[in-house]
Order: sequence, then structure tokens, then C-alpha cells
Amino acid sequence: MLSFNSSNIASKTRTIGRRMFLLNSIKAVVVMGIFVRLASLQISEVSKYRSLADKNRFRETKFAPPRGVIEDYFGNEIASNTRIYQLHITPENTPNISKLLTRLKSLINLSDRRITSIQKKIIKQKKWETTIISDNLTWSEFSRLNLFLHELEGAIPIVSVARIYKNDASAHAIGYVSEVSPRDMRNKKYLSKLNISGIAVGKTGLESTLDEDMLGSPGYLRYEVNAYGKKIKQVSIDNGKKGKTFRTTLDNEVQLFAAKSLENVSGAVCVMDIYNGDIISMVSSPSFNPNSFVHGINQNEWNGLLNNRDKPMINKAISGLYPPGSTIKTLTALSALENDVVNSRLTVRCKGYIDLHGERFHCWKKEGHGLVGMRTALKKSCDVYFYEVARRLGIDRLANTAEKFGLGKKVLQNYREEKAGTVPNTKWKIRELGKNWYLGETLHSGIGQGYFLSTPLQLTLMTAQIANGGFKLKPRILLHENDQVSNLQKYLDHKNSTPGNIMSTEDQIFNFGLQPLFRNQENINLVKDAMFAATNEVGGTSYRSRHKNKKFMFAGKTGSSQIKRFTEEQREAEVKQENISYLERDHAWFVAFAPVSNPRYAISVLVEHGGSGSSAAAPLAKNIIKKVLERHQGRSSYSNRKMENI
Amino acid sequence: MLYNRSSFQSSFSLREKFFNLDLVLLFSILLLGIISIFAQFSSSGGIFDYYSKSHALRFSVFFLFFLGVSFTPIRFWHNSSFLLFLSLVGMLLFVKFYGVQSQGSRRWVNLFVINLQPSELMKISIILFLSNYYHKISEGDVNKIKYLLYPVLAIMAPFILVLTQPDLGTAILILLSGVVVTWLAGVKWKIFAYLSLAALIFAPIAISFLKPYQKSRILTFLNPDADPLGAGYQIIQSKIAIGSGGLFGKGFLNGSQAYLNFLPEKHTDFIFTLYSEEFGFLGSVLMVFLYSLITYRIIKIGTETRSIFGKLFCYGFANAFFIYVAVNMSMVLGLLPIVGAPLPILSYGGSSMLAIMFGLGIVMSCNVYKNNAIG
Repeated sequence: MLSFNSSNIASKTRTIGRRMFLLNSIKAVVVMGIFVRLASLQISEVSKYRSLADKNRFRETKFAPPRGVIEDYFGNEIASNTRIYQLHITPENTPNISKLLTRLKSLINLSDRRITSIQKKIIKQKKWETTIISDNLTWSEFSRLNLFLHELEGAIPIVSVARIYKNDASAHAIGYVSEVSPRDMRNKKYLSKLNISGIAVGKTGLESTLDEDMLGSPGYLRYEVNAYGKKIKQVSIDNGKKGKTFRTTLDNEVQLFAAKSLENVSGAVCVMDIYNGDIISMVSSPSFNPNSFVHGINQNEWNGLLNNRDKPMINKAISGLYPPGSTIKTLTALSALENDVVNSRLTVRCKGYIDLHGERFHCWKKEGHGLVGMRTALKKSCDVYFYEVARRLGIDRLANTAEKFGLGKKVLQNYREEKAGTVPNTKWKIRELGKNWYLGETLHSGIGQGYFLSTPLQLTLMTAQIANGGFKLKPRILLHENDQVSNLQKYLDHKNSTPGNIMSTEDQIFNFGLQPLFRNQENINLVKDAMFAATNEVGGTSYRSRHKNKKFMFAGKTGSSQIKRFTEEQREAEVKQENISYLERDHAWFVAFAPVSNPRYAISVLVEHGGSGSSAAAPLAKNIIKKVLERHQGRSSYSNRKMENI
Repeated sequence: MLYNRSSFQSSFSLREKFFNLDLVLLFSILLLGIISIFAQFSSSGGIFDYYSKSHALRFSVFFLFFLGVSFTPIRFWHNSSFLLFLSLVGMLLFVKFYGVQSQGSRRWVNLFVINLQPSELMKISIILFLSNYYHKISEGDVNKIKYLLYPVLAIMAPFILVLTQPDLGTAILILLSGVVVTWLAGVKWKIFAYLSLAALIFAPIAISFLKPYQKSRILTFLNPDADPLGAGYQIIQSKIAIGSGGLFGKGFLNGSQAYLNFLPEKHTDFIFTLYSEEFGFLGSVLMVFLYSLITYRIIKIGTETRSIFGKLFCYGFANAFFIYVAVNMSMVLGLLPIVGAPLPILSYGGSSMLAIMFGLGIVMSCNVYKNNAIG
């Protein structure tokens, strides 16, 4: 058997040994490579892979915490939360979905259309995601469900919380919430961050602007799941953080009263504190039921709201634009006095009209007011007098004053739907309409017709700034814990604490850092006095709506904004507003401040197509002013108590 | 020198045989086997189910088999290598037509007790056969065309048979095992260069015969993130599992990736992933060390063995063993495409373990009978 000689074997062994050595070196390199790879995965990149493993492992179900509450000034909840009963199903735990839905149909109110849409939704989403079958069950439906729960495999009855609104009066100011839409997801960044399906989000009003804070931080349920998405066990639960509660300056009772006053008309009421800018009331009529939106409004109700002639969905107080009408005569007079165009002793003979360049401009009183001075002109709202004043003043100076007093720009920052309105001037017309300004338009603008457009809230602010002596006011509807006491409030507190100590205007401005809107406060006082006359002196436009009780006496200015100019025939026939069709009647305005002795509140009332301010708007204002003043004592003592607490 | 035993003494007492066992290798294998039982137990979710039970049983049986092979004279394995090779080729042909089919490929022959996978045994048999072949051929003849014909035929026949099962991973391992022995025996670089060139020319033709899933595996390796839920899923999930194990691991039975079924084939090809997730970097390094130690001991036995047959087999098997380990680990670490190569002993799989234990047994037999002549 020894066929190989030993040298052959030795040589073979050498070859094999040499070649094996080379292979062993390669092995060493490979082992090093595996070692380095292990180190890089398990040591250098461990955190990356840990988080990836957790992402595999855990699935979170987010849910919305209770939404923040909106309170009125006294802490009464205007928009709060209520317990609701819902029914959810998770498809992965439901053996037969269509059978379950059929069974549910006999227990709760579930339409065939809804069933179809639920089935479509289930197909689209992951099988472990819950689907809401009904999000607002009645108590009897809910108890029936629980009774038959053993037959309803996969159905989960849930007690949850949802928004509830106590009344419709503040529906516009507060807004409403409804299920999040794809458009919301696009427009509001914080929503995509939240990523909770079906969450109710603010759509209008404060609900919309404060949405992010009121949503709070979401809670979540964390499950461990396997590779097929089946829940293995619940790992943790976080209840989230309740949304922030907001307190407004609104007085719920005044809101209710104002809404009741506007019950049968279309219009708006705004009431403002003339020293701290608090909006006591902001009501638009007709209103809607904001609760209808929380769980999805039905088509009929929605169509009813959309097709309503009086547009209930629009907040007329801030989004309704109307020519200010005669209420602007206060500013026309003020502007002329401030600019030394006329003095208060200017008299004009009103014979019912004036002619200018072949065009006839009518006074509302066909037979004319005769010889009138400024006070009487304001008191009786003589158009001819203000045609003359406006002619001398010019549109640009009038526009300047109007803007100073808050027209033409948004009053609050809290509403996406608020409109800025229009204060026209020569530049504006060229820019917007590409045409030159005509003198005739100045005359119309002087009595608040033509291009002028303003909201009821703007006119409230205008009146408030006249009433407080001509100082700039910063209106607010929200109270914050760190609100500074406004300079005007300090001035008021000083005035109240040291009666009889009369400080010169210059000292007031200097000591309290006030921002005057006037050159000479006498001019403001003159306008205020004329407004007093208009309400409280015989022949004044709102004399019939005056309060005789000194406590409630107010000073106001009526106005009517023309929808359609009278034809000569109508004018000759002395057609009354009541006799023309509703949509062609003038809007009725009334702006006022009260009480006259020591003004504190400003109000504006708008009645759409109400005819004249004195007959339609002023009587409403009279009642609301009484209500506001009756609540004044409570309000100021409540605010004092609050101060002490801080 | 009469007191010295003859180098060609053919029989030993059992006691002497036992002292000739390489105990380091033996205990390394035993340790690996015990770890493998724990790993399979964890892989089954912490219960003794069919997988973990049958793995434990197999290891026990095959370990005894390994000892049996060890104490069988090396000459026997030398003499029977050609017969074994031929019968395995026969089985591969049989499998081709009558084999048990699973997941689109015919790999198994039903032996009633177990479903045997001849291709796994072929990985050892090819080394055995070629070692035997080159044992007889003088060094001068190794590079002659005439003597090259046999090895090429012996490698290509099982390679093509296994490739068409189809089982790309095993086919490549058979090819590599055979080529390495051939090269160790002294076949010149030049010849390998020519053969590779020929293979390269025929490769496109061969690739056109690949199944779509085999093609996609290679594409997936090149860019696993392109299709994270498809074929790349395995590599990504494996990397996540290993990476998230960190330095110390998540602890025994706490591997979330494996436990929650994110890991594919966790009993077989991805068993190291599970182990690495639970025992971390330190455990993995220990495992790499254990495999390296086994490889080293096999090489050491090969170096000490005097016969060319024993040397070639030990070296050839050491290389093959190392390649299995390296390919499997590189695969689960995302360094190589997923080709379907089990990790020796640790992975679930009877044929694979049988083949490895058989190979280790022959190596041990080389040590036990290291002074024996082969003839």
C-alpha cells in the first residue's frame, strides 16, 4: 500500500499547508469584518435600531382630551363639555361586521346610508383601528346596547365627552366645533401634529382661533402589537392634558337679553366698556344652534341655514358690512372742528335739499330744518348741514378721522371672519376703482352713505372712543391672567377715587399715558353734548326712546344706511319705508353711550332693513342699555374681587 | 525503538481512543449544542413546542452519532467516500423526480423517520470524495487535464442538481467546498482563472435560468430599502433586531422582534438574529469566538494528521464550516444577500445538523486515528 514515497507526501503537505495559511488569513479578516459589523449595529447605532424596534412593537391609539371651556366674565360656562354615549367597533375583533351592523340597526338609530358609509370606511382603514358607529347615542339607546352586549361581539360602548353650548345667543361670538375635515388638516398645522381621526375642531369664532390651546395635548393608549398588528397587551395609558379654559369679557345675561331683543329681526348688537375695551355683549341675529354641528349637522338643517334670507351663519357684528349712515355725522362734525374747517357756530339754512353742479342732494326731511347750527344739526340729523360741512372738509380729512376712530380696520384679532370694512378716500378710489373722486361723493360720504362700509363693532368702538373723552381704546373679548390694567382703567380708577379733583387734559394724558385722538378735547365734548341733545331734548331723533330715569339716561345717534336711493317719484309721493319691499328698506342704526352723567358703556344696534334708526334700532338699544347698567354694579364689584385675588 | 508504537498501528484500545479525542473541540460542540437548544426554546416563544423539542432530540441523537463516527477508523471513511458520493448523487437525482416538494422546490427525500435533504450531506461528501481523490494522485499529476476532469465533473454534477432544485445557497456552498479542496490539493491559480472566465461567460445564460424570486433576492441585497415590506423586509427586520439588542441584549426570552413575529425564519436562517437580540454584542462576540474556536481546532487536527486524506478533509471541512458561519452571519447582518444558508448546529434543520455532525465526526476520527495509515 505504500505507493507514495515520503518526499511526495512532504511536498504535498507543504503545498496544502501554504495554501491553508492563506485561507486562514482570509478567515481572520472575515471574522474582523463580522466583529466590526456587530459593533456598528449594536453599539454605534443602537439607539436608532432601538427606536425602530419600538416603532415595530408599539401602536398608539390617540384620543382627544376634554376640550377647554369658554366662560363668560363671571365664570359661567358658555361652551362646556358634556358626557356623551358612543358606540365603536374594531374590525379585527368583529367576526362578522355586516351581521353586527344589521343587529345594531334594530337597537339604535342607524340608517342604511350610514351603514354603507361605515362599511366603506372600514375597508379603507387598518383592521385594528376603531370605527365610530354612532357618536351621540341617547341614554335609552345606550342602555339597550349594554343589555344586548353579549350578542354584539366587537361592539364597544364608550362614554366620552363632547362640546355642549348652553344657548344660541353667543353662537357667533363663540363659534362652534365640528368633526375635522380634510381642509382643516391642510390649513391648520397643529392638527396634522395631533392626528386624531374624527376629532372635533373649532370652525368659527373663538372656537376656531383658540382651537390649538383648547384642544389640549392628546392622551394615548399604547399597545404592544405583533408583526400582524394584533394587540398583545396594553402597555401604558396617558390621559392627556385638558385643553385650556378661556374667560371672555362677555356677560352671558346681557347676551341672552340682547339676543331676545333681536329675536324677530335680523341684526346685531355690540356693547363695549369705554374704559377697558371689554366687549360686554356681541350678538348677531338670527342665530343658529351650535350644538347641531358637534355631532354632524343633518342636510335639511344645514340647507335651512344656508338658504335663510337673513343669513344666520354670518356674525353680523363683525362680518356684516353696512354703510354707517348718519352715525358718522359725529365724526364729520368732529373732523371739521378738529381741522378748523368750520367752527361750532356755523349755521346753514336747510330747505330740504341743496343743489351742487346740477345735482340735487336731499335732506331726509323733505320740508327742511330751516336755519340750523352744529348742535341742532346733529340732534336732528340734518343732512344738508353735513353736506355743507363735508364739502368744506373734503373726503381725505374725513377719512383720516374715521380711521383714527377705528373704522376701516379690524377691531379684534380674535376672529378669522372679521371684516375690515372700507373708509374711502381719493387714493382709495383710484386704487380700487381706477376713477377720480367726485365732490358729490364727498357729500354722500359726509352723511355715511356711498363707499363707507363698517361693522357694528367698529361703530361701537367709534362711539366708545368719543364717549371716553377721545382716547384710544384697545377692545378685547378675552381675559388673560397676565392682563395689564389698561391706562384708561387707571385713569378711571383715579377719577372715581378722587371726585372733584379735576385734572387738566394735558395732565391726564401725561400721568396715565393716554393716547388722545383729538387736538382739542372741547370738540369731543361738543359732539357728546349734541348726542345728548339728540336723545334727551325735544326734537332729537331718538327722543322717543330716551330713559327718563337719570340713572339710565343715554346719549345716542341714529342712522339709516340706504339700500336703494329713492326715485324722484317715490320722494314726491313721500313713500314710507314700511311700504317698500323688505329687502329694499334701509338698515337701521343706533349708536349710544350711557350713562350720560358719567359714561361707561358704548352700544351699537343694527337692524337690517329696519327702516329708520329712531324707530327700529333706538328702542332696542334703550332696553339693552338699561340691562347693561343694571348689571354694572355686579360687574365692577366682581372685577374688584378678582383684583384682590390677584 | 521497539518500545515505541508503530506509526502504522491499526488498533487502539477504547481507553486510548478516548484520550485521543480533542476535548476542546468536543466541549465546544457540546456548548454550542446547549446554546442552540436554548435559542430554539426562545425562538418558540419560551415553550417546548415541536421545534424546540425536536431540535433538542436531534442534537442528542446526532451528538451520539458524532461520537460513533469519531470512533470509526478513518480508513473506513476513506474507503467508503466514493460510494457515499455516488449514492448521494443518486439521491439527488431521485429527489429531482420523486422528492418531497415544499415552497416551490424539491429538496427532500422521504425516509419515513426524517425528511432527508441529500444536498446538505453532499456539502460534506464532496469534500470527502475530493480528499480521497487527491490523496491518491501525485503532486505532479494534479494539474494535468486528465486528472482535472474528474473533480470538475464531481463538483458540477451536484452543483447543477442542487441549483435546479432550486436551492441557490446550498449549490454555492457545495461549489465553494469542492473548489477549496481542489485548490488546497495544489491545482494552479491559472486553471481556476480559466474556469472562472468560462463560468463568467456562461453566467448570463445561467442567470436567465434563475427563478424570479432568486433574482429578486440579489436585487434586494443591493438596495434593501427599495421594497421595505417585500423581500427587503427580512434584512431590515433582522438588522433592527440585532441593532436593538445593544451591548448586553434584551435578555433571554425578551427579544421583542422575535417574540412578536417580526423576524422571519427565526428557527432556521435567522436564529443568530434572535440570539443576538437577546444576548447583545457580548453574546454575539462569544458566539463568533465559539465558532472560530471550533474552526481553529479542526485546522489544528488537520495539521497534526499525517495522511493527505485526513489533512485535506480537515482543512476542506474547516473552510466549509467557516464559510457556512460567515455566510449566515453576514447574511443576517445585511452584508450578503439572503441566500438561505443555515448556521451550523444553531439552526433548526435535521439534514444540516446531521451533515455538520458527520463532518465533525470524521475530523474527530482523524484525531483519534491520527497515526493510522490509510493505505
